[in-house]
Amino acid sequence: MQCSTSSWRISTPSTTYGRGLRSLSLATIITIAAALALVFFYAPLDASQGFVQKIFYVHVPLAIVSLCGFVFGGLLAIGYLRTGDRRWDMRSYVAIHMALIFGVGGLITGSIWAKASWGHWWVWNEPTLVSFLIVLLLFATYQPLRFSIEDPERQSRYASVFSIVGGAFVPLNYLAVQLATAYVHPRVLTLGGANLPPSMGLTFVVALIGFALLYVTLWKYEMAAKNARSQVRRLRRTLLGDDIARPAGRSAAPS
Amino acid sequence: MSLVVAAAPPVPLDSTAGRYVAAAYIVVLALVLVYVAIMAVRAQHLEKELAELRRDVEAARAGGEADPEHEAVLAGERRSV
Amino acid sequence: MRTALVVLRKDLRLELRTFETVPAMVLFALVTFVIFHFGLNRPTIDGQLAAGVLTVTLLFAAMLGINRLFVAEREQGGFDAFLLAPVDRTAMLLAKAGALFLFLVVLEVIAIPAFKLFLLGPSLGPPLPGLILVLALADLGLAVIGTLVSAIAVQTRARDLIGPVIGLPLLLPALIATARAAGPLLAGAHPATAPPGRWLAILALYDVVFALLAYAVFDFLLED
Repeated sequence: MQCSTSSWRISTPSTTYGRGLRSLSLATIITIAAALALVFFYAPLDASQGFVQKIFYVHVPLAIVSLCGFVFGGLLAIGYLRTGDRRWDMRSYVAIHMALIFGVGGLITGSIWAKASWGHWWVWNEPTLVSFLIVLLLFATYQPLRFSIEDPERQSRYASVFSIVGGAFVPLNYLAVQLATAYVHPRVLTLGGANLPPSMGLTFVVALIGFALLYVTLWKYEMAAKNARSQVRRLRRTLLGDDIARPAGRSAAPS
Repeated sequence: MSLVVAAAPPVPLDSTAGRYVAAAYIVVLALVLVYVAIMAVRAQHLEKELAELRRDVEAARAGGEADPEHEAVLAGERRSV
Repeated sequence: MRTALVVLRKDLRLELRTFETVPAMVLFALVTFVIFHFGLNRPTIDGQLAAGVLTVTLLFAAMLGINRLFVAEREQGGFDAFLLAPVDRTAMLLAKAGALFLFLVVLEVIAIPAFKLFLLGPSLGPPLPGLILVLALADLGLAVIGTLVSAIAVQTRARDLIGPVIGLPLLLPALIATARAAGPLLAGAHPATAPPGRWLAILALYDVVFALLAYAVFDFLLED
């Protein structure tokens, strides 16, 4: 209960998520532009896959960042269960939300890569792709779960439990699918990057940093937007003594 | 224009490989742009909400003299801020 | 620990009196075997196909039990009574996981012979110890994750939907491991007598990780 009283008090200094957003955005733009330049002008053509291999520089970073985003959401959810502060739930919600978007991107680009190099839109022997699908299927239930719990405090609590379980599920699932996959196709590209030539490795690392920065930027941006909205609502309540000014649409987001 | 074309990355768009690579990058760009569009709509809502709030607060201030209860709320607010 | 035994005994007694959950699970499994027989249009199956059919059937039958697990508590105020009592809340997790595990064991004791009778081609004798080991590990995972999912789902509005929708992806790696471990045991030509070690290792790891995880977070699902 201590969480609700603190969130009502307007005098407590609230976090501002917008701080540092500008420099972060700049860093993201520069890194991603550099990564694109490296991909198309610097990295050599792959000996066996040719030009198609360029998809690797966008698919794998998206996948890694998305999986890390889910784990990040789980870690933030621990913060909620420890403190009972709804802001942690909000952070976890946004982290998972963003990771889902990145995950959809990773899935689509992976599918395109599979079509381009193996001739099928879907291959079961690409572990990154398959474990991805499973993780996405799991986290796709995060929003329906939130929707179907009405009490906001319980919603936060249950969603946090779900995020923690899901966060732990990500590496386990990856391990299981990796082992389950028979390597029919020669895997020139592994996540370790050990068998990448150094120039490709450098390009990949820059792309990975770029997408990680993009994730953090969008996370902060979304947090700032949500924070701004909830501040307006709170201001309305304190100034006008209204009840919550009509909820804008149906949303499972913590408020 | 010719400069841009000359500096453009060597994407072999006439080959299938080039098309697939282009498609992958377009998907990512489209996702980011969709996100931007969603955030734009949200910013619009926020702006509207803020405008409404300002209007309501000003209305409450103006009508507050006649309404002692509202006045008390506003006065209390002023003290605490 | 004593509390867990008390709650477990209560659940088992309830099940013995009403015969509500386990018979439904068993019937469901039998009907599914019949459907698979006609759907696959084969008199007998073996190998990985048999392992897959068995795993899927047991999983969906388990889902029925998982959906019912906390319903009595919710409908008859068992949660409130439990929360009022000065007992460790983990006891509820232990008791419910134990009950679900026993339900699954009973289900398998009936469903495995039926599977042999209806569908399975190769003999079940030699690989039986290995199969029991695989199923025991799988049941452990199903019991722990099932209890966790059921505790989450029971408090939601659409609990019959939320349970399977969260549970199935969460159980997927365990199912992959179960089906793959059981595959060589049910092979037609040269059935293995021991299940492949790495799948057993994955199952065991899965069980341990989720047991610890469930232990860590379960309190928060009861707190009200």
